[in-house]
Amino acid sequence: MGASPKSIVIIGAGQAGGQAAASLRQHGYEGALTLVGDEPQPPYQRPPLSKAYLKGELEADRLWIKPLEFYDDNRIELVTGVAATSIDAHAKHVELSSGARVPFDAAIIATGARPRKLPAPGAQLDGVLDLRTLADVDKLKPRLVPGSRLVVVGAGYIGLEAAAVAVKLGAQVTVLEAAPRVLGRVAGPAISRFYEDVHRAAGVDLRVGVKLEGFEGDTKVTGVRLAEAGTIPCDLVLVGIGVHPNVEIAHTAGIMVGDGIHTDGETRTAHPDIYAIGDVARRPLVHYHREGRLESVHNAIEGGKMAAAAILGLPAPTLEAPWFWSDQYDLKLQTAGLWTGADEMVTRGDPGSRVFAVFYLKEGRVLAVDAVNSGPEFIVGKKLAAASSRVEPAVLADKSISMKDIAAKAAS
Amino acid sequence: MPKITYVDASGKERTVEGKNGMTVMETAIKHNVPGIDADCGGACACATCHVYVDAAFTDKVGKPSAMEQSMLDFAENVKENSRLSCQIKIRDDLDGLKVTTPESQH
Repeated sequence: MGASPKSIVIIGAGQAGGQAAASLRQHGYEGALTLVGDEPQPPYQRPPLSKAYLKGELEADRLWIKPLEFYDDNRIELVTGVAATSIDAHAKHVELSSGARVPFDAAIIATGARPRKLPAPGAQLDGVLDLRTLADVDKLKPRLVPGSRLVVVGAGYIGLEAAAVAVKLGAQVTVLEAAPRVLGRVAGPAISRFYEDVHRAAGVDLRVGVKLEGFEGDTKVTGVRLAEAGTIPCDLVLVGIGVHPNVEIAHTAGIMVGDGIHTDGETRTAHPDIYAIGDVARRPLVHYHREGRLESVHNAIEGGKMAAAAILGLPAPTLEAPWFWSDQYDLKLQTAGLWTGADEMVTRGDPGSRVFAVFYLKEGRVLAVDAVNSGPEFIVGKKLAAASSRVEPAVLADKSISMKDIAAKAAS
Repeated sequence: MPKITYVDASGKERTVEGKNGMTVMETAIKHNVPGIDADCGGACACATCHVYVDAAFTDKVGKPSAMEQSMLDFAENVKENSRLSCQIKIRDDLDGLKVTTPESQH
């Protein structure tokens, strides 16, 4: 971008879009700033939706990333409940579902992702739910009463977090996973085994390697039919089998997309004045020398900061190794780095103690860590992953060597 | 309503009204107090809401939990009176609480 922009539009008012708006103002951008979101709420935190909010421990307005006054105070025109329908990349304006047109010098696409639907008969029945938005969880929550029968389809983080909450609320919970283990996409086998045991001990009927045939019921779901194991009667189904990035808006601007909108290391798409951040973006993963699409708060926040810096011609922020967390029962799992490609996995501590970590290495260098109730392993692991540090597996496995010492040694 | 004062690294003070049950971190975010990032939204997962508790309140605020301490052990510039502000819930007897934010949370 040549001259500094006079109007910026952010399409998508989630964690990434909200961060971009805040960062632009924080860096002193004074021009017009419009933040458009198709949900009725201001930018809010999604992680608690499957955790504290589902449990009923948080009011909705405590999810807001910034208080409502923030947008007025910072001259951010927050347009909620309105979708952006197209981008005219030549005329440089965005069309909204309200019929309005928002001109821009720079546009940021932060449209996020939507839950994948199960291509199974009956998936449209009442009671078959997703968990992505506040509206989704507001449908789920009142039905999760003691004695209600919930089937969770998909044992990823969202499904397992919801299962943990539902059990605590007194529901009878079944979790179905098509793959041979839970969390198969995001963690190694040791973590999977641990969480399988934890959920079963808590009373969840957890089944892996199952094939789902469809849902039963006339208008309301009454059961989940399996290929070889009959039908599981239920009152509610929660489907958590991953997401599709909301890339459609990029098509309208003539930007090519794959699994996500491709961007450069500064969040810029193929169009020099259009940026993409958050779940929808596919960006270079600098610590791993490849590209990828990340679905996390860290990625949303970092993307927002990166886009703001790039648009304003400021130095890029220092990029962290990707990080993530998941709360289930009394367990806090903190993940840093990406484990894909690991050729060695080292467990530090005893999973039976519920305080342990798994380090993932490739060719002797730390790729990632999954830390359960283990802050030091997470924080040091994040640094080791970012620096692709070489650490002896035997050292990582040795609890008598502190993470502080390991960090100091790796840095030397 | 207990009053909470946030002091930034340069010494500038901001006093805001807190609400019982909300955390010192949330109150800062709600009032746009700079210097507290709180990337994880209060899940004790990121250590970016680090504050120093004023000496007059360290006893009342209390010590960090084991989990919080383990996060703090690796934050930058940790001192004896360091806490993660997402783990401090506001109560009547914390009226007048003063916390200082570090120069950087990262």
